[in-house]
Amino acid sequence: MDLSAINPVLLIASLMVAATPLLLAAIGELVVEKSGVLNLGVEGMMITGAIAGFAAAVESGSPLAGFVAAALAGAVLSLLFAALTQIALANQVASGLALTLFGLGLSALMGQRYVGVKPPQMGRIDIPVLSDLPVVGRILFAHDVILYFGIALTAAVWVVLKFTRAGLVLRAVGENHEAAHALGYKVVRIRTLAILFGGACAGMGGAYISLIRVPQWTEGMTAGVGWIALALVVFASWKPWRALLGAYLFGGVTVVQLNLQAAGVAIPVEYLAMSPYLITILVLVILSADKSSAPASLGRSFHASR
Amino acid sequence: MKLTTLFASAAVALGLAAGGALAQDKTKVGFVYVGPVGDGGWTYEHDQGRKAVAEEFGDAVETVYVENVAEGPDAERVITQMALQGADLIFTTSFGYMDPTINVAAKFPDVKFEHATGYKRADNVSTYSARFYEGRAVQGTIAGHMTESNIIGYIGSYPIPEVIRGINSAYIHAKKVNPDVEFKIVWAFTWFDPAKEADAAKVLIEQGADVILQHTDSTAPQAAAQAAGNVITFGQASDMAEYGPMPRVSSIIDNWAPYYIARTKAVIDGTWTSTDTWDGIGPGMVGIGEISDAVPAEVKAEALALKDAMAAGEYNPFTGPLKKQDGSDFLAEGETADDGTLAGMNFYVEGIEGSIPE
Repeated sequence: MDLSAINPVLLIASLMVAATPLLLAAIGELVVEKSGVLNLGVEGMMITGAIAGFAAAVESGSPLAGFVAAALAGAVLSLLFAALTQIALANQVASGLALTLFGLGLSALMGQRYVGVKPPQMGRIDIPVLSDLPVVGRILFAHDVILYFGIALTAAVWVVLKFTRAGLVLRAVGENHEAAHALGYKVVRIRTLAILFGGACAGMGGAYISLIRVPQWTEGMTAGVGWIALALVVFASWKPWRALLGAYLFGGVTVVQLNLQAAGVAIPVEYLAMSPYLITILVLVILSADKSSAPASLGRSFHASR
Repeated sequence: MKLTTLFASAAVALGLAAGGALAQDKTKVGFVYVGPVGDGGWTYEHDQGRKAVAEEFGDAVETVYVENVAEGPDAERVITQMALQGADLIFTTSFGYMDPTINVAAKFPDVKFEHATGYKRADNVSTYSARFYEGRAVQGTIAGHMTESNIIGYIGSYPIPEVIRGINSAYIHAKKVNPDVEFKIVWAFTWFDPAKEADAAKVLIEQGADVILQHTDSTAPQAAAQAAGNVITFGQASDMAEYGPMPRVSSIIDNWAPYYIARTKAVIDGTWTSTDTWDGIGPGMVGIGEISDAVPAEVKAEALALKDAMAAGEYNPFTGPLKKQDGSDFLAEGETADDGTLAGMNFYVEGIEGSIPE
């Protein structure tokens, strides 16, 4: 065992990177579910965002353009879900699963030309003085822009949901769509916007994997992150900061356990491998011991005639 | 992921049902893959083999495949579906399909099964594998010469004999040319998860490794090494030439096509019998990818000489004297390991640190 081989600064820096795709997807889905819609298509939107972002970044040479394209692609795909569930009133669970399957297939098709291509690199921000600080500089002030965007988005979603009128309306729609409708709010329109937001976030999360975390395009490369994001929203009791905590815990424990393995720590590897799931669930379940519960209209279709 | 796989395979199975009724006279060959056909590694090469079969026999053969099939109960369902849809020959291409294959084979005595990298056979189940450890010997030799930090990182998938054999073979040959070499081994517990594979590579690089060997299926570790710079890697299962000349300096290439064609022909001719095939560099089932110019000429020459010696059958990578990790004797001077020992290998050789997960 040689713990000195682990560099805690690099460790924390890389766990933040590992957590970001999960965080982006979870925050998006959180808003969707707060509006009373259950979109199980996160994985499909992520993988579509991953290839759309990758392709756009390669073609334009700009990673940022890639992220914009990824957000758009995720949103466009989610529009399909919105059309199915909000207009055609299709079953949300089935539509979401279909979206995932569709996204996986579509991305594999779109990605044919991009296997083995190297994407342009996303630079780290470099703030004079701050980025050069020992320890803190590398951990806090030397990441890519998207990572900060993820944290800022969490804060923004929290503020909007908790303190603004728009957030109140969104929550009202999610809790009781009939009452919200009776008050004159456009339930379908609000939900569609939430779904688009969720799609854009998931798309960016996917692009974060293909452009920064790996960086390459491989078919099926999200490998289940979307499903973990879905679970995370539930375990985080639909609260943005808890989703952030959960994402960092999950990403963190994943990276830490790989580090411990490489350093030869004498904990059986099986336990290390399952630890991200166990620890994240445990912490979030303990946290959610309060009375928070799912939005009351979650997963129910709404039609103004009823 | 489970659910998606379930729905995906259900959808494919429905597709098979539609096509099956029309083509009774054709020989139907099915393939079950653990990853996507576009993984750029393991599954990609199996699918190349499938395409070779389709090309060789044209209209006489129909090939079908299901990708992203999880090892375990899901696999059993997918294989059963394939057999029900009239497949005459089914290749199951991952170690974890071993028991599912045997179980399904017992229910379909008229269907022939071929399981890759396993050790359980039946009257209608053959096994086949390649001696990847011969390729690992070449990699170990290059890695031992090339490393400057003397730390070689190894990304393992699952602790099965196949993977352990590769680690041992690489270690023995790295140690032979560089006595100071040290292996850091990380188990990813997945065959295919690019993000996790990249994380594992990054962790190893952060902890000082400047050579990364991988036994997982995607090219993600190559990309991670490329981003880190000054790290070398080897293509796994497929050439991964797009990452050469750096970081990828060479590769192990699985060449399944001749075997798949031969077995399909045997089914068509009615000469198929249950066999156990384990071929290496000599018969061409294992190929060594072009060694790039990043490797000094004398190292390249040494690696190629080793390859030729193994191809000619003059050298066995597991030749004594060798001890096991616990210090007990493994092979005496000049003794070589028999196939039984190799097939069930569940121990590290002396010098490797850490323990193998149970």
